Amino acid sequence: MAETQYEVDLGNLLAFDAHHQFASPPSSREEIVKEALEQGTKLVQAVADALFNLPSTEDLEGPIVKLPAPTSKLPREKPLPKPRPPTKWEVFAQKKGIQKRNKEKLVFDEQTGSWKRRHGYDRVNDDNDIPIIEAKATDEPGTDPFAERRKEKKSKVEKQEKNRLHNLKQAQKAGALPSHIQLAATSLPITGTQTMPKKVSKDLATKCCWNGSNFNSQRWKIRQEIAWRKTPKHEKKYRKFLPAVEGSGMGDMERQQTEKVLNKLISKNSHEILNVEKAVNMYNVKREKRQRKQGGGQSSSSSKFKPNKKSFKKTSHKGSSSNKGKSK
Amino acid sequence: MRIKTQTKGRIRRELDKRAPKLVETGKKTLILHGTKTSSVLNSVLTEIYHLKKGNSIKYSRKNDKIRPFESGGEASLEFFSLKTDCSLFVFGSHSKKRPNNLVLGRTYDHHIYDLVEVGIENFRSMESFSYDKKLAPQIGSKPFFAFIGEAFESVDELKHLKEVLLDLFRGEVVTNLNLAGLDRVYVCTAVSSNKIFFSHCALRLKKSGTVVPRMELVEVGPSMDMVVRRHRHPDDSLRKEAMKTAPELTKKKVKNVVKDDIQGKLGKIYIPDQKVGDMPLTNNVKGLKEERREAKMKGEDSKPTPKKQKQDAE
Repeated sequence: MAETQYEVDLGNLLAFDAHHQFASPPSSREEIVKEALEQGTKLVQAVADALFNLPSTEDLEGPIVKLPAPTSKLPREKPLPKPRPPTKWEVFAQKKGIQKRNKEKLVFDEQTGSWKRRHGYDRVNDDNDIPIIEAKATDEPGTDPFAERRKEKKSKVEKQEKNRLHNLKQAQKAGALPSHIQLAATSLPITGTQTMPKKVSKDLATKCCWNGSNFNSQRWKIRQEIAWRKTPKHEKKYRKFLPAVEGSGMGDMERQQTEKVLNKLISKNSHEILNVEKAVNMYNVKREKRQRKQGGGQSSSSSKFKPNKKSFKKTSHKGSSSNKGKSK
Repeated sequence: MRIKTQTKGRIRRELDKRAPKLVETGKKTLILHGTKTSSVLNSVLTEIYHLKKGNSIKYSRKNDKIRPFESGGEASLEFFSLKTDCSLFVFGSHSKKRPNNLVLGRTYDHHIYDLVEVGIENFRSMESFSYDKKLAPQIGSKPFFAFIGEAFESVDELKHLKEVLLDLFRGEVVTNLNLAGLDRVYVCTAVSSNKIFFSHCALRLKKSGTVVPRMELVEVGPSMDMVVRRHRHPDDSLRKEAMKTAPELTKKKVKNVVKDDIQGKLGKIYIPDQKVGDMPLTNNVKGLKEERREAKMKGEDSKPTPKKQKQDAE
């Protein structure tokens, strides 16, 4: 029997005999078993022939052979990973032709004349170790150079974090986020137009009994109910109370509140904050109305006041114009 | 936006192990059972677990809600597959309608890819075989496969079962194989169009005259008859996606480059013919300057014509 009849897949150590037929319908189980083992031996021998004839290298444990790739394809268990888009720095480096250079862990420190580590405990060029910073000509008097350095470092770190976040967002868009990283939203988005999809609540569902005659009326009722529930209603809060304890960055709100009140008070009582044009227009309009009422015959062209840039006293009746302070 | 990472390096490494890879390593198997099992089925499940000791997980509790062939009953399986990172599962259940039922299934991206339902008959466990203990196969060795019978090619269900069995018992795909460590075979014979005889045997390599040793099969492991009951093929689109291989693995053939042992890398450059006749000639061709100069030298006896002066309009 020519062994080329068997389909041999060396990568999987598989042999398939597609032409075997039981000579007689198998009578007993032992016959099946015997036949199977016989045929199996032949098939395995065929695979072994091909296998042992491959070039092998001698190793301590035995001859090692390089297997070819399996021919029978099997499905993957996970989708193919998408390639990561290059980061902002990688794009720049490629454009400029900057090669990656690995830094050594130990750096020679001139000050002490010893080899110190680059990062970590007792490192080279530690920011905290500098005792004296000499003033440059460009420095303003009164600025703390140590604080400046700290601020600069902080801004650098923040910039780096921003860049890292940007790179990760790009990777997420391409579907290639690293498996140990997740991007989470810090606050819920303000859904002005987008309402969260609401499920029909239990009470709504139990309200209707959709049988026979009252089907349409019930359906209409439910629709109304849903529409009413969807309409944006005014939040019951009418007053805003500031938190009792001033947290970080919350101090502003109190200041804003008091500023607002103060401005309102000042604007009522100060005559310098006067929109002169508006005042004159209002006066003119009132005059015209009065003239129209009195008689149409009289000419209304004459004495229309034009806004003069000089400051007038407030003539409108709005607000309590208490004439404290300056008069013209 | 906030970047969430795991602080422990060990957890990060575990997550990276579970991430999708370009070239995949071995698949893990999840072995579990449903509401009711028989003693036969219990031993089948434990023996499959022992055959695949290094890369399988066996659950011992019963799982009521799992019905692989129904649309709602797969959610639990998919959840377990996600949590244990197993892409193959073996689910055993026993009922009056389907006695000694075994569902072999695969997942793609932790969703059910395909299923084969098989009934177990005539099961013989590992303990019932007596053999020389030295022949016992080691855990994790790469097995041989022998499929016998034309029904594996002609019948759709058996073809599917062949693929699933191969996937289940294959282990890792390796390039370097130690020939001394070959010691097991899985023999599957198609007895009829829906029944196969499955057996696990140990290999004995006997000395023969040539490099190739003579193979001898000794039955050691579980042997059973599998009757195919139901099966579900994967969706065509899903199948296409799952069968994709990494694009870089297809080797690009570089033309006109030859590696010579002595000279190194040699390349051939083909230059197209120069079309001399078709080239356009310009007026200021430098070559013509010589000709003009020579012509001038020859014609020196004749006086050069004086330059014509401009005559003003008078």
